[in-house]
Amino acid sequence: MGIGRPGIGLGERRSLVLRFFAAVGRRVLVMLGDFGAIFIFFVISLGGIFSRKQLTEMAWQLYYVSATSTGIVILVGLFTGMVLGLQLFYTLVQFGSANVLGTAVALSLVRELGPVLTAVMVAARAGSGMAAEIGILRISEQIDALDTMGIDPVRYLVSPRLAASVIGMPILTAFFDLVGIIGGYLTGVLLLGADAGAYFYRVQSSVTFEDVRGGFIKAIVFGVTVSMICCFEGYFCHMRTESSGAKNVGLATRAAVVLSCTMILVSDYVVTSFLT
Amino acid sequence: MKGMAKNPLIEFRNVTKRFGEKTVLDRVNLKIYENEITTIIGKSGTGKTVLLKHIIGLLQPDEGVILFVGKPLAEMTRGGWREYKRHISYLFQHNALFDSMTLFENVALPLVQTTSLSKEEIEAKVMSRIEQTELTDDKDKYPAELSGGMQKRAALARALVTDPGIVLFDEPTTGQDPIRKNVILSMIAQYRRRFGFTAVLISHDIPDVFFISDRVVLLWEGTVGFEGTYEELTRLRHPMLVEFLNSLEGLQDEMTGLLSKEGFRSCYASVFSDEALAPETSAILFTVEFDLPEETLRPEARAEVMKTIGEHTAHHFRPLGGFSARRVLGEILTILPHTKIREAEQLMDNYAGELKEQAVIALENVEELKRGTGHPFEVRIKGGASEVSFKDDIDQIAGKTGASQRVVATLTFDGRGIGQ
Repeated sequence: MGIGRPGIGLGERRSLVLRFFAAVGRRVLVMLGDFGAIFIFFVISLGGIFSRKQLTEMAWQLYYVSATSTGIVILVGLFTGMVLGLQLFYTLVQFGSANVLGTAVALSLVRELGPVLTAVMVAARAGSGMAAEIGILRISEQIDALDTMGIDPVRYLVSPRLAASVIGMPILTAFFDLVGIIGGYLTGVLLLGADAGAYFYRVQSSVTFEDVRGGFIKAIVFGVTVSMICCFEGYFCHMRTESSGAKNVGLATRAAVVLSCTMILVSDYVVTSFLT
Repeated sequence: MKGMAKNPLIEFRNVTKRFGEKTVLDRVNLKIYENEITTIIGKSGTGKTVLLKHIIGLLQPDEGVILFVGKPLAEMTRGGWREYKRHISYLFQHNALFDSMTLFENVALPLVQTTSLSKEEIEAKVMSRIEQTELTDDKDKYPAELSGGMQKRAALARALVTDPGIVLFDEPTTGQDPIRKNVILSMIAQYRRRFGFTAVLISHDIPDVFFISDRVVLLWEGTVGFEGTYEELTRLRHPMLVEFLNSLEGLQDEMTGLLSKEGFRSCYASVFSDEALAPETSAILFTVEFDLPEETLRPEARAEVMKTIGEHTAHHFRPLGGFSARRVLGEILTILPHTKIREAEQLMDNYAGELKEQAVIALENVEELKRGTGHPFEVRIKGGASEVSFKDDIDQIAGKTGASQRVVATLTFDGRGIGQ
């Protein structure tokens, strides 16, 4: 009887608990429905990739998703590597294992931090742009216009973005990993005095093909996740009930970035469990 | 009634559409016939755009069925639907141009994405449409750099670039100045004659839109209040129609300075308000014909010529108690109360003599005529007079006067430019 406000009877408490679980259940059902819809959206978009007319648009999207994100990915990769170099050096020194710094930095980056942080950066930079752009096309009837012209809007708008994300994400991840390892070298070796030869020897000997493959699989999964969530949110922004018009585009963009980042971490766990 | 014997191309049967609690279309029955221009009129918010979006498949009815050549749209196969979409085009009320593409890219988009034409063929087709809509100098601009009127014309060019069999126009003249409104309506009529498409038009440009319409549909609070020809619409003096027409139509035709159709009918009715005291009345029907290929003179310049002639006609006959209105494109009907047929013929000749002197001076302001078209051409004004009795309706008068028409004036342009 210790829980609950004084004066609230057993029946009322039970009713509150039921209402709480009903609300949670409704939310979960909505989320499951949304994930189902995103999966169908993915299947339809995948079917639209294999069209000759898509090549130009795919090239543009690849440029937009990858090339224009390279700078920020390199910057974040460099500082991530530098922080890893600092943190791991001081930790490993305590155990007399400073010579395995290269292994720790490289494996952390290639297996986890590279794909995850690259995907978060792409979600924030390109993914928000996808959601906003498609959302504006929706509210200004340009998606309807495509439909009336006999152009499949999903094929024309979503498929190239999906393809660009799937191709671009592993490339960006590779950049991130490479620059991160250099960052670790800058702090661990040049700043703190770890052995340069040992650092690169450990990087080379400890990173296996399976690690690189795993990182790339994650990058591809994150590419699909980010592009699908962002395109889906933008494409159906007019269905949102909270508001209408431009405000819906803003809400869709926000939801796209938040959901993408969350799903990157959730799918990271799922993929890691399958890979290990 | 025109078209009733034919099978409809598109038919709405008891179509109902609701958005939440609101019923926008309520058991709508409607027929659209091939090669006709059907104009949908009605107050804002009565479901005109919703109706049009049902035809193109952007919306599906909650109840009822839409038939295309007798087959329900909902039962079409994927291939059939694709084929249907290929023959239908839609001009959006707010244009729906792609902001990130230039005007040229916007117009080319449907050809690039849905046809296997070569780059050169696409360019030729697109440039032809851009030239027809007078946007050649702006082809590399983005929609944001164009005025509202230019955006509308760009959207029109895009809608017509695939040579569609059915074109749905959602307020094609909104945001245009009076001359361009008429140019766009003329263009729709010309294209219909040239390519033979079926058009469904939403417009508030009354009476101009009636000059090109074969059928008129009045949508009233989600239901079809009237369906038929414009003549039937005006004969059927239902209070709903009167309220609607009065709410939309002024007495002046802003294009020519002539009376609007409603104003003209009202004046005509007042002449014969008392049968016993009805004066001896005559009518003159003027027809303006351009003797040159359509491509030589832009629709805008043609509209300027028509405007000049219209203003001259109104100015000439008003002091004599006459009143005039456009009947169809290129035709002006003048009623002269207290005038015998012989006097009317004399007045017609005087009008023609004056027109030759004054119209050419007025036309000096038309940039294209001033600059020169490069080709000699003539504008022929035919006139015919007839007596009018109180039993005659306006169609009968036009028929009688049309039969006695002869060329009363010819404006000759040598193509070098006026005043040069």
